[in-house]
Amino acid sequence: MDKFSQLFQYILSGLSNGAIYALIGFGFAVIYNATGIINFAQGEFVMLGGMLTIFFLNVLKLPLVPAIILSVIISTIAGVLFERLAIRPLKDANPLSLIIITIGASIFIRGAAMLIWGKDTHALPAFSGDNPLYIAGATILPQHLWIFGVTILIIIASRIFFNYSVAGKAMRACSYNPRAAGLVGINVKNMVMLSFALSSAIGSLAGIIIAPLTMVSYDVGVMLGLKGFCAVIIGGMSSGMGTVMGGLLLGLLESLGAGFISASYKDAIAFIILLLILFIRPEGLFGKKETERF
Amino acid sequence: MLRLNGITKVFGGLTALEDVSFAVAEGSITGVIGPNGAGKTTLFNIVTGLYTQTTGEVYLGGKNISFLNTEELAGLGLVRTFQNVELFRKMTVLENVMVGLHTKSRSGIFSCAFKLPGQIKEEKFIREKSLEWLKFAGLADMADITAGNLPFGKGRLLEISRALAAGPKIILMDEPAAGLNSRETAELALLIRRIQASGVTVVLVEHDMDLVMDVCHAIVVLNLGKKLAEGTPRQIQENPAVISAYLGSD
Amino acid sequence: MLTEKRRQILIFFVFAVIALGAPFFLKGNYLLNVFVFVGINTMLAVGLNLLLGYAGQISLGHAAFFGMGAYISGIVTTRFGVDPFLVMILSAFCAGTLAFAIGFPILKLKGHYLAMATLGFGIIMYIIFNETVDWTGGPSGLSGIPNLRIGSLVFDNDLNNYYLVWVFTLVVMLLSINLSRSRIGRALRAINDSEVAARVMGVNARILKVHIITVSAVISAVAGSLYAHIMTFIAPASFGFNFSVELLTMVVIGGLGSIYGSFLGAAILTMLPEFLRMFQNFDIIIYGLMLILMTMFMPGGLVSGIEAIAGFVAAKMKGTKDSDAQA
Repeated sequence: MDKFSQLFQYILSGLSNGAIYALIGFGFAVIYNATGIINFAQGEFVMLGGMLTIFFLNVLKLPLVPAIILSVIISTIAGVLFERLAIRPLKDANPLSLIIITIGASIFIRGAAMLIWGKDTHALPAFSGDNPLYIAGATILPQHLWIFGVTILIIIASRIFFNYSVAGKAMRACSYNPRAAGLVGINVKNMVMLSFALSSAIGSLAGIIIAPLTMVSYDVGVMLGLKGFCAVIIGGMSSGMGTVMGGLLLGLLESLGAGFISASYKDAIAFIILLLILFIRPEGLFGKKETERF
Repeated sequence: MLRLNGITKVFGGLTALEDVSFAVAEGSITGVIGPNGAGKTTLFNIVTGLYTQTTGEVYLGGKNISFLNTEELAGLGLVRTFQNVELFRKMTVLENVMVGLHTKSRSGIFSCAFKLPGQIKEEKFIREKSLEWLKFAGLADMADITAGNLPFGKGRLLEISRALAAGPKIILMDEPAAGLNSRETAELALLIRRIQASGVTVVLVEHDMDLVMDVCHAIVVLNLGKKLAEGTPRQIQENPAVISAYLGSD
Repeated sequence: MLTEKRRQILIFFVFAVIALGAPFFLKGNYLLNVFVFVGINTMLAVGLNLLLGYAGQISLGHAAFFGMGAYISGIVTTRFGVDPFLVMILSAFCAGTLAFAIGFPILKLKGHYLAMATLGFGIIMYIIFNETVDWTGGPSGLSGIPNLRIGSLVFDNDLNNYYLVWVFTLVVMLLSINLSRSRIGRALRAINDSEVAARVMGVNARILKVHIITVSAVISAVAGSLYAHIMTFIAPASFGFNFSVELLTMVVIGGLGSIYGSFLGAAILTMLPEFLRMFQNFDIIIYGLMLILMTMFMPGGLVSGIEAIAGFVAAKMKGTKDSDAQA
């Protein structure tokens, strides 16, 4: 029975990490689908979410909920500023320049975080305390429930947004054909900005809900961003279930690998999977193969 | 020289080319014409290895080149120019032509880095030959200008000279007259004749009917992905199907 | 009459003379030590520039090859007592082989995908350096690495190390300059400019990119070996993402595609921490800013800025001469 409960533990933590990767990957997909750009700084917004919340909680002594709301708002603003200052002026620059600039911007955000908050790791207290629940011999922390709950809510909300709201449908139109979308009166520039706003909002929220379980420091963004990227690559850049599956799959493989093969190489597992997918099936496991275009 | 056999290309749900077959005679100037969307550039892309055909074969001088990679074709004597002039914009005019001589040279990383005697000799050869080609094209006084700064017509000329530097047996030109004024087009016609006279087979995709009828020995007409007609300029001009599909609605 | 070719030879000659003569003016100065590392970083930046500036392929994991060179040299010389120069060849070979093998699949990727993949590769190598504690000593590092020596000449002080490193660096620079001005250099720049046109002209882009990343990795590994034997102590922290970013910044501020630019970038970023004590906390933010500002406003790097100024001055002087002649 012990093996079974250990397995369940791995699965549980794998799924909860996976949910986070899915949310981060989701952010990549939203921006990519609206603009064709990979937002290299996505991970930094995840970091900002956690760091800002801790800052508001500990330094400004705000209660938890306002702290969370405020840090999501600020991260969203940061995302919009990023789009305005770093992305928009360069839409027509050559691809290499765009990549270097997005890398530079993400490094800048990381550097700013290091200046402001130093190199220490910080902890965010769990939302509803630390009393674990025992199910099937495994320990489920309340925070795990928060993670699953918030992730499911965000997925449902995005489904509704993209399929039933005017803005959401407009964004989808932009991703299929920006020129046609512009011709029917959709403000493509606003849609781009909206995609960055959504992306950083969701990213920062992901950073906040995982923070109580993993420590936050100025450089968590790199790893998380890369793992989120891996999730969305597995998911074929989809803004929907594909990325969710990708994230969960990644989280599971990582957790099981760490548990049964080697714990110290845990991070390497995600990146090896990333490389394998990019080499062998870059369109992802859950995406559709693109046909050659004229 | 160049033979296409049953070329069909399907993109997802769209059939861009259907069972296109024709042959290009060695030493001729052949035009490929047709309304927009007829599949002309797709055909070029297939012949030059940028696309792979769904079915069918391409033969170059009897050799089956259907599945060769693009980079293998220059060495076999097949080059092309592009509709929107693919120059190496950041390199000089001279350097552009020097790249054209890539298949006529062999120095690898080692001999280039260590400046082995063979490489030094070869570099001299490349330089001299490139200057010759610039003279041929009338661009010799622009050798050190950055290619991206050239006026459009000169840019076309450069792309053609770069292609010729590879010493091809056949050159495919995709809408070489596009964007040229009438004087430049007349010069282009002259250039095409000089190229053919030097023994190179020329195939053009073109919309400029005057140019096509003027220089081409043979014409192939495509419409909606299928070959509509094939013949001499006079035959094509008198072909009722061609007239109704294309020339008539001009 | 100064042809372009003779001008290039002259510039390099002057540069080499200054580089080799500098120690006479820096005797005993701690700057000598700094310039040892300027040399190493120049080698690394030039190696990366071949890949990034010429072939146009971005790599965020280049520190991995540097680390590989350092660790293979460090491990094999400390454990098996093999002659360090021989091990240098071994580590260069290993890094080259890895780059060659991984080059094929990874260089099929483009743009951000390539950036992410190289980042992932770099982190995997970093984790390996960190976790194979039995071999590498893990996070606490590997010490006791022997100095390089030729007969009785031991490279264990700043002066000797300076010459050791700068001989290698000048050779790498010279070979790279030769390469850039050759058929291969043109082919690389052609790929960067219009890959489809390059392929149509017969350039095998795929193979050339793989060859260039192999050369780049070999250079980085040699730099790594030198680093290991000079420092006698290495730790994974020097070979992670932050250093890869630093290398990228060096190449970008110097000027993509300019070998001398790589020297300039390396010199600035190596010396900056020495002169700005408080640079420590600002370093990452400054790298980010430099990358953004340089790419936005001076895409040719500092070298293009210098050339522009030199051109401006030359034109002014010519103008003065003409008006003098007229007077």
